[in-house]
Amino acid sequence: MSVGIVSYGAYIPRYRIKIDDIARVWGDDAEILKAGLMVFEKSFPDVDEDTATMAVEAARSAVNRACLDAQRIGAVYTGSESHPYAVKPTSTIVAEAVGATPVLTAADFEFACKAGTAAIQACMGLVSSGMIDLGLAIGADVAQGAPGDALEYTAAAGGVAYVIGNKESELAAIIEDTYSFTTDTPDFWRREGMPYPEHGGRFTGEPGYFKHVTNAAKGLMEKIGTKPDDYDFAVFHQPNGKFPSRAASMLGFSKEQIKPGLVVPRLGNTYSGSCMMGIAATLDQAKPGDRIFATAFGSGAGGDAFSITVTDRIEEIRNNAPKVEELLANPIYADYAKYARHKGKIKLA
Amino acid sequence: MITMSVPRFWRKQIARYNLVGTYCKTCEEYFYPPRNVCPSCRREGEIGEFKFNGNGELVTYTVIHAAAEGFEGQTPYVLGIVQLEEGPRLTSQIVGDPKEMHIGLKVRPVFRRLGQSGERGMIYYGTKFVPA
Repeated sequence: MSVGIVSYGAYIPRYRIKIDDIARVWGDDAEILKAGLMVFEKSFPDVDEDTATMAVEAARSAVNRACLDAQRIGAVYTGSESHPYAVKPTSTIVAEAVGATPVLTAADFEFACKAGTAAIQACMGLVSSGMIDLGLAIGADVAQGAPGDALEYTAAAGGVAYVIGNKESELAAIIEDTYSFTTDTPDFWRREGMPYPEHGGRFTGEPGYFKHVTNAAKGLMEKIGTKPDDYDFAVFHQPNGKFPSRAASMLGFSKEQIKPGLVVPRLGNTYSGSCMMGIAATLDQAKPGDRIFATAFGSGAGGDAFSITVTDRIEEIRNNAPKVEELLANPIYADYAKYARHKGKIKLA
Repeated sequence: MITMSVPRFWRKQIARYNLVGTYCKTCEEYFYPPRNVCPSCRREGEIGEFKFNGNGELVTYTVIHAAAEGFEGQTPYVLGIVQLEEGPRLTSQIVGDPKEMHIGLKVRPVFRRLGQSGERGMIYYGTKFVPA
């Protein structure tokens, strides 16, 4: 029995700040940063947007794209590390706002940048076992980076939602298999009550990102007997442009394979939305029969790999909701002062 | 800061989230916020729930520069009266550059934060409008 993506939806706020504007405030060299990070600008939210509002917009887009009856949704899981409440689920807000309540299970997920893909895996299990008809898995974040910290150059805002199901005729993409690689690696964390996360600097690279991404990816390909050449596209968690490019080359994927999903240079790192946004951007242009390999990474740390095959159904639903490229178009550029105001970095008396 | 009680907001929550109003089958009039009794048909009226798609037009608007407590961080912002396609009018924030606003502007709904009861209280979500 197949399981896969029935629909998907993305949301990106319209505001952008250029790396040059952030570097100017902190006296950093923008050219070195842009070359090193392969990120040129990042999204940030409007004054009245947060993880819940972006999760709702993405979820509504997913429901509308395939004209789904939201009452069929039996589970809503929202992955984020910036849930608006410490205690009170974001997922109940989403469930109510898409019209899926009251007969469903809901919970919020947290696993740094891969909470959204963990939600996809949970939904895959629930639909495969027959416990639910459709599952809604979301990754959304208003990513936090302390003023002046390296993270501030990339921490962005966005949300992506996937409706997971198992009725063959409804699947726009079949998820052939998934494989996770998880260890206790403290490369990035945020303590209770703290406004910004801490990270291990370079420690987030080799023992964090690369170890978990490559092991999850290799593990999945070994498990199902595929190799990089079997795939038309590949997506890797994109905290910056450099990491996914290097992971792709370490694993044997080409620059062409990762190109459609590599949205980070114009978007920044949407944390829980990062890899899922790359998959959405790839689905926006994939043809029926195309195969997509995706690996998400979450600090703490773990990697979730997915092998996906696009079906004919993609052509029927694709144009019913905004594509990632359309959401990236027509941005409103703002300076650091406006960015600081929107992000609540300026305290009012 | 919004100082509405939690139950009071919660009772109207679904109307604010999803623009759920009512419709009188007798006189074919739509209501938002929802009315339980049709003011025209009275006891002859047959009221049912109706979910608006939220597409509408800006009837009039004002630009707020001196905001109430809790909204200082948003100035200047636009407060407008939106007429939904089915007829009802409602007051809402219109998200966007005040310079782009004009009477007759086509608008569509978005899900946003409406306010919060300070740092410790509830966050209120609901519908605002953006240029379509």
